[in-house]
Amino acid sequence: MEITGSYLLPCSPQTAWQALNDTEVLKSCLKGCEALERTAENEFTGKVAAKIGPVSARFAGTMRQTELDPPRSCRMQFEGQGGVAGFAKGGALVTLTPQDGGTELTYVADTQIGGKLAQMGARLVEGTAKSMADDFFGKFAAAVAAMEPEAGPVAAPAQGVPSHEQTSGTPAWLVPAVLIVIAAMAAVAVFFH
Amino acid sequence: MTAMTAPMGKFGQSVKRVEDSRLITGNGRYVDDLVLPGQTHAAFVRSAYAHARIGAIDVSAAAAMPGVVKILTGQDLVDGGLFALPSGWGLTSIDGTPARVGVHHALAVDTVRFVGEPVALVIAETRGQARDAADSVFVEYEELPAVVDMVAALGPDAPQLHPDIPENRAFTWDIGNAEEADAAFARATRRVSIELRNNRLVPNAMEPRAINAEWRAYDGSMTIHLTHQNPIGMRVLFMMLLGLESENHLRVVSPDVGGGFGSKAPAYAEELAVAFAARAVGRPVKWTAERTESFLTDAHGRDHVTRAELAMDDHGRFLGLKVHTLANLGGYISTSNALVVSYMYATMLCGQYAIPAVHAVVEGVYTNTCPVDAYRGAGRPEAAYVIERLAHLAAREIGVDQAEIRRRNFVRAFPHQTPLVYCYDSGDYEGCLDAALRLADYQGFEQRRAEARARGKLRGIGLSAYVEACGIGPSKLLASLGGGGNMWESCEIRVQPAGSVEVLTGAHNHGQGHQTVYAQIISERFGIPMDRITVVQGDTDRIQAGTGTYGSRASVGLSAAVKSCEKIIEKGRQIVGYMLGIDPGAVDFADGIYTSAATNQTVAFTEMVHAAHAATQFPTDQLEPGLVATSFFDPPNFTYPAGVHVCEVEIDPETGVTEVVAFNAADDFGNVANPLIVEGQVHGGLTQGIAQALWENAVYDPDSAQLMTASYMDYGMPRADSLPEFGLAFWPSPTPVNPLGMKGCGEAGAIGSPPAVINAVCDALGIAHVDMPASPEKIWRLCQERQEAL
Repeated sequence: MEITGSYLLPCSPQTAWQALNDTEVLKSCLKGCEALERTAENEFTGKVAAKIGPVSARFAGTMRQTELDPPRSCRMQFEGQGGVAGFAKGGALVTLTPQDGGTELTYVADTQIGGKLAQMGARLVEGTAKSMADDFFGKFAAAVAAMEPEAGPVAAPAQGVPSHEQTSGTPAWLVPAVLIVIAAMAAVAVFFH
Repeated sequence: MTAMTAPMGKFGQSVKRVEDSRLITGNGRYVDDLVLPGQTHAAFVRSAYAHARIGAIDVSAAAAMPGVVKILTGQDLVDGGLFALPSGWGLTSIDGTPARVGVHHALAVDTVRFVGEPVALVIAETRGQARDAADSVFVEYEELPAVVDMVAALGPDAPQLHPDIPENRAFTWDIGNAEEADAAFARATRRVSIELRNNRLVPNAMEPRAINAEWRAYDGSMTIHLTHQNPIGMRVLFMMLLGLESENHLRVVSPDVGGGFGSKAPAYAEELAVAFAARAVGRPVKWTAERTESFLTDAHGRDHVTRAELAMDDHGRFLGLKVHTLANLGGYISTSNALVVSYMYATMLCGQYAIPAVHAVVEGVYTNTCPVDAYRGAGRPEAAYVIERLAHLAAREIGVDQAEIRRRNFVRAFPHQTPLVYCYDSGDYEGCLDAALRLADYQGFEQRRAEARARGKLRGIGLSAYVEACGIGPSKLLASLGGGGNMWESCEIRVQPAGSVEVLTGAHNHGQGHQTVYAQIISERFGIPMDRITVVQGDTDRIQAGTGTYGSRASVGLSAAVKSCEKIIEKGRQIVGYMLGIDPGAVDFADGIYTSAATNQTVAFTEMVHAAHAATQFPTDQLEPGLVATSFFDPPNFTYPAGVHVCEVEIDPETGVTEVVAFNAADDFGNVANPLIVEGQVHGGLTQGIAQALWENAVYDPDSAQLMTASYMDYGMPRADSLPEFGLAFWPSPTPVNPLGMKGCGEAGAIGSPPAVINAVCDALGIAHVDMPASPEKIWRLCQERQEAL
């Protein structure tokens, strides 16, 4: 499935780029994130523990960045294993464009999910991922606003609310596998209860 | 229980099902209800990939978890001598080579070929512990490209599922005569053709699959409690696959079974693995499928892609038929599927029509999907859909009414030898058509269409005249087509000293109402109340012979029962002869009473029974005491139920929603033993058929081969409120094939209804074809195109 979305961030593309490559920032914005490490210059691994309804699981994912063009765009390949929950993998193209004194972040992610995620949550993934993406970007917007060298008006999380042209979004480009896995699990939980 | 006189059974009466009060008050006893001493539980580790090489399987973490008794992998099963699952039908390709059967291990070895295929098995003290540990088994997969689409699977770039089966082609089989068909097409002045898909279905039995297997090490024997349609057949198969010493070393018990629709007829990987596990751990092992497991691994139904062409003269008389079908086998050939896609399907392609020249080719194709097997109708619905869609197009092409085109082509004389092996036994197709048209008020349709149009709705009417083959079957004929024969049914009747009757049958009730119908028929014959009669089934320790229930085989089993009744009555005549001191030939029997016309003496059936057991009134050296009779019935032919279904739909062009507003069916089931039960069977069949036409669809992602419709959230099940009141009529032409004249009714509803619905949808929209399911999205798009065209 193809997932697309865009968010307006209250910072310059340069700051956004830095934040996107700062594992500490990412970790603090991602609920349940236990570890996020850079394993090579352009490779990351992450672990997220999630308890959604009765389902608790630990997801491990890896992400590799390619075609880096700082601070404008990069492509990513990701793969996440949710154990019995299944797997998610795919690629995403992320672009940062200056806009209205901030930065518009756009991504197009092509994702494949398998196992229970696909069986139970496939068509709920996008919708559920959206709320998780909103939660992430709310925190991320606040974080990048604080990072901005010449701090303008402090961005309220509300400013990080996605400018949804598309129906939904997920920060699939970030630690995307992990997020999609969680989102799908949330969908499964919603389905069962 | 009640002071009222218990009812007497009578053939043809709508007796309420006697099994229902037990079942609906929660007193059914299913496999999952059974807890054995020392019980353990199994959970499967299943592949999340549709096609992958299996690397290392790390069970160390799982093995250390609480309650875990044993973990088995595919290699463990092979090392333990377990045989792979067989294809139960020998099919031969056009070139004379046997079908290529991909090796199907109970637990995958080296390669997984569909999502959900079991890879390992965890046995633990509790179900929860087994599941938790299964979650902790780590399997390394090297993902391989997967293929879902059959055309792609046959192509040169497709991933190959089985190492020794190029092009993923299991067989290319044909039936009929290609030259004759070509000649007919050369003669023809008019022709219609169609390309269609018969959508894949998930069977959805209410009770999921379940097994509880116990091993007795002291004598090397095993008991398997199994929810199944054919426990006796499974005994032979499991005995061989497990390598047990003899039939006597395996008892298979199928207690109450909560629905099957064919999906509980195959031998499954999971059940075989659990039986193996019971021997490996020396304790009873139980497994009950979760609903997701049912979606992923219960043998799916249908999944054909077909190209068909019908040749006609200028009057619309059918001259020839050519059919080419790709049948999706899934990752492996399930037990009966080679039969289902060949002789259960292509033999029925002529439908009710006298088509002199036919040629059909079926290619069996492996894909990375769940194996396919029999599902309510098993091949016959697919055939009826092809010929009835073509008949609809033929009416359009010739410019005659839907009913008229059928009338012009009906088979009129019986028995009718088709060009496709089968010989139709009896029927009155035109009478049945007229009965259906009257029931549906066919004449008044255009007025209803106009009235609907005034409300903004597009109303359409569709006909379907189906015929199918039931009452499997003549053993010799089936053996000649590639089976093992052995398709008779047995019935033992034991009349006990106090006059109650035990009926032992190898047929297996899983919703058909056997308890009621057997009791009805035997009650009438013996003249004793129905509540004295108990049907015993589903336990190979009690019933040694039989082949289960599928393909409306009840008529075969009941015929065996009738034969046993006759033997009992005849022996009674001899006993009464001694009792009265007269020639047995002068003893009459009717309504439960033996009479001597000459002496005016009478002996009640129960008195005769006492005498048979007391053995004091006749010389036991000339007549054996006791009253037991066993009979086997091997039908000389299939029976061929037929009927005409008339569907009316209304389509809302704004939403694309299709509503079935009327559905009428006139069916020839031969003689009807119990109209109430038969109507129930037809209602169920119609519901499943209408659901296939409008809602149900098993969808695999075309790239990843993940099952996208693996829950009731995504798989469109029919609901009571989405169906109209069905109008039913019986138009019986009793069959000469069995003593009761019954043809069978279990599949008819699901066979006749899909083409009736789609023909109605096409009529409403004025289009040639729309593939099933005719979902609101598809119909809405067609309405938009129609709008633009206007």
